[in-house]
Amino acid sequence: MSILTEAQAKAILTKVIALSKADECTAQLTGKIQGNVRFARNDVSTAGLTDDIELAVQVAYGKKVGTATINQFDDVSLERVVRRAETLATLAPDNPEFMPAVDRQTYKPSPTFAQATADITPAYRAQVAKTSIDACKAQNLIAAGYLEDGQSFSATANSKGNFGYQRSTMLDYTCTVRTQDGRGSGWVGTDTQDATRFKVDSDIQIAMRKASASSEAKALEPGKYTVILEPMAAAGLIGFMFYYFGAREADEGRSFLSKKGGGNKLGEQVFGPQVNFYTDPWDPVAPCEPWDEDGLARQRMDMVKAGKITNLNYSRYWAQKQGKPAVGQMGNILMTGGTKSTADLVRSTERGVLVTRTWYIRMVDPQTVLLTGLTRDGTFYIENGQIKYPIKNFRFNESPVIMLNNVEELGKPVRVPPDEVSMNIVVPPMKLRDFTFTSLSDAV
Amino acid sequence: MHRRDFLAFGAAGVGGLVLPSMFGRVIAAEELGNAIDVAVKKSLADTAMNAARGAGASYCDVRVGRYLRQFVITRERNVENIVNTESSGVGIRVIADGAWGFAATNDMTADAVAKAAQQAVAIAKANAPAQSAPVQLAPTKGVGEVRWKTPIVKNSMDVPIKDKVALLMDVNAAAMDAGADFIRSILFLVNEQKYFASTDGSYIDQDVHRIWAPVEVTAVDKASGKFRTREGLSAPMGLGFEYLDGAASGKTVLPNGVTVYGNSYDMKEDAVAAAKQARAKIKAPSVKPDKYDLVLDPSHTWLTIHESVGHPLELDRVLGYEANYAGTSFATMDKLQSRFQYGSDKVNIVADKVQPGSLGAVAYDDEGIKTKKWDLIRDGKLVGYQAIRDQAHIEGKAASDGCAYADSWSNVQFQRMANVSLEPGKTRQSVADMISNVEDGIYIIGDGSFSIDQQRYNAQFGGQLFYEIKNGKIGQQIEDVAYQIRTPEFWNACVGVCDASDYRLGGSFFDGKGQPAQVSAVSHGSSTARFNGINVINTARSLG
Repeated sequence: MSILTEAQAKAILTKVIALSKADECTAQLTGKIQGNVRFARNDVSTAGLTDDIELAVQVAYGKKVGTATINQFDDVSLERVVRRAETLATLAPDNPEFMPAVDRQTYKPSPTFAQATADITPAYRAQVAKTSIDACKAQNLIAAGYLEDGQSFSATANSKGNFGYQRSTMLDYTCTVRTQDGRGSGWVGTDTQDATRFKVDSDIQIAMRKASASSEAKALEPGKYTVILEPMAAAGLIGFMFYYFGAREADEGRSFLSKKGGGNKLGEQVFGPQVNFYTDPWDPVAPCEPWDEDGLARQRMDMVKAGKITNLNYSRYWAQKQGKPAVGQMGNILMTGGTKSTADLVRSTERGVLVTRTWYIRMVDPQTVLLTGLTRDGTFYIENGQIKYPIKNFRFNESPVIMLNNVEELGKPVRVPPDEVSMNIVVPPMKLRDFTFTSLSDAV
Repeated sequence: MHRRDFLAFGAAGVGGLVLPSMFGRVIAAEELGNAIDVAVKKSLADTAMNAARGAGASYCDVRVGRYLRQFVITRERNVENIVNTESSGVGIRVIADGAWGFAATNDMTADAVAKAAQQAVAIAKANAPAQSAPVQLAPTKGVGEVRWKTPIVKNSMDVPIKDKVALLMDVNAAAMDAGADFIRSILFLVNEQKYFASTDGSYIDQDVHRIWAPVEVTAVDKASGKFRTREGLSAPMGLGFEYLDGAASGKTVLPNGVTVYGNSYDMKEDAVAAAKQARAKIKAPSVKPDKYDLVLDPSHTWLTIHESVGHPLELDRVLGYEANYAGTSFATMDKLQSRFQYGSDKVNIVADKVQPGSLGAVAYDDEGIKTKKWDLIRDGKLVGYQAIRDQAHIEGKAASDGCAYADSWSNVQFQRMANVSLEPGKTRQSVADMISNVEDGIYIIGDGSFSIDQQRYNAQFGGQLFYEIKNGKIGQQIEDVAYQIRTPEFWNACVGVCDASDYRLGGSFFDGKGQPAQVSAVSHGSSTARFNGINVINTARSLG
């Protein structure tokens, strides 16, 4: 069984810390059970279950660090893993950027666990696939989708007396629905820690509606358009940008957050005044663990407020070098917005393009965070507050920095699946001016 | 790991305890030389197959895997991380009641393996009611007990860590001395010890080795606030540590003086050149958007082949199995039947799982099928796909093409891209000959930004180095270049491919596909090729 209780985890970690003769020792214990089912062409294609647990031990002698891991927990194995880490540390070169283990932290548990998700069975997964497939078959549509769920625990401890334990669950469902003639495609996705929030019956209807509505697409000239990005369409661009929120890269002059002549743009107006981003491990919709990769306690933190940069991601080393307090690095991306739905934003649009999903987003120029990618699974032309007709997909070349200076209106934020992003993300639908489409795609 | 995550990791670095969990447990370097006894693997496999049959499976295959990886990660004058990881375990795939089931365990005892086999059968049976037609496997004969090893000269796992650190520190120092502001250099070394057994009667033991040595050099001009990077021009390869010997036989000096690499890589020389070229990129003039004739070096073309030919000709994509993730394909079955004109008559593209030095070379795939080389595009016409056992009948083939792969014992095998390569031109033609006939063109070296739609029609590619070509002569270095293509139009605009003397491999070490996502490594060879009238855009923007 890969899921240990807090007491079981603490007993193992305490033993490990006591065994170490190094200057300091940090140990992490993680375990997970994950199940999945994949379907395509209205049939189940694969299904599986994996089960794993691992202990990682990091020790330091001065500035020399060694790491070793093991998946057995008898006394002999625990002794062996500690000695192995110590041996590796003595062989390692000095790390000039070495940071000592974190002091004792206070971790406030975050709501990452839901029993309903931990209770999921192979029969539940098979039923999700069957429900998706049956609904599509009934309307002569073709389903391809994937459900992955899991439960995990994470425990951390070090020789300075720090200890943390947290259990988590996850459920990620995505489904692409296509018409038989291949001319229409729709998509839906749900990402949550709590399976009671997942309703496959209603989700699948969204993808089916988009598939049917996106057939018979007309070509629109590429160019600059007012767009409404559904949350999933916006998340890819925004998530990408946050990979480049590092303070060190900005200070080193190689980031869009570097200032001409040196320094970074902390405190500067980089986005439009409607733009606010923050991170919060205790967010009820998209929580994350209350500590970061170094074991530093996370806190609620504004990253962008009214378009101004209020925080950057500092590693502990870089924070110390720059004389900044070291705080846990962001573990989720949360954007504020208003109360309107995507449909409300469409109603207030005279002429524009509705993008329901973006795809294959890649960096073109990190200097300006110019990204390229494509629309897919339903792109529509809007006229006088109504969706007039489906249009062919576009390639875009756009920077999220420029895009977030062209905000007309933001809708109600929702959590979306992590497609291009590894952090949990909450984004509103958004209406934007002058979004740059550079060519047409024949892809459906 | 998502490809995106990997790129972020490469750009930002990670802490000591994070990296191992992505790839397996961390072990001491001296353990990298060990292997599991073949008799133990056979016994585990037989246990699993018997348990699966006993539980009602009509077919079972077992993969007993030990996957070793070593990463040495440096920036400037620091070693950021050295990690040795091992991931060992058993993956069991079965067919029961006509449906697939899969289960995996890292507990390599007979009891645990038997239990996992029974679990796989239970999963298959749970899914059978939702299945409209039973799985149909292309027949294959068991090959008995066989072994194969990548033909390497120097096992990377045997090279002492201190020598690897010394090499990277020397590379970094040379680049910094040559004007780089920052450099990241990494060694990725992989050894897959894979044992495959199936109820068809195969027991296949393979020892696969791969190496990659990426470099990224950054130049910053603080006064103007501009920065530019130049990535290394090496390729990941299916070779041992001998790839890093920097042998003269592996070097080619292009007509503009840029050095590129074949079967041997001089990392230090390339890093020094990168430092100078990154600095030059800051001052280089911006491209005027227009249609140009493009001359593409193999260090660039591999990625265009990968995205616009390799992926669309994967049969699982064509059929819709990847519709929810990687996407489908414009190259539908009717186009195979009508011998669709994919490219000009200069375009001949082969799939190849046996090419020496390539990332995809093995003797048997992860379904126990003997590997081979076969045609995908001949004289510009579409003639084949890449198929595995449960798809072959759909294409009307009697046998699998042998391109199933799983990146771990814990993931199920599925169709992955073979090495897919553009054959060199048959008539003698050097790069200089090709360029001498170009009136208004751009010469592109190295791979850069890439993006393509889910059916592989519309793609956009950048590069590392761009040079003007005017009236048959290579001119100044330029910047902000990306070209946009529609796949069939692009390949039909191919007017020439240089001869075999210019043929080199490029490749991807972490190509992502599938759910749960898996990575694979794949090579793509070509000689320098010319494409006429391609749409080039300018990617410079201002943040005000």
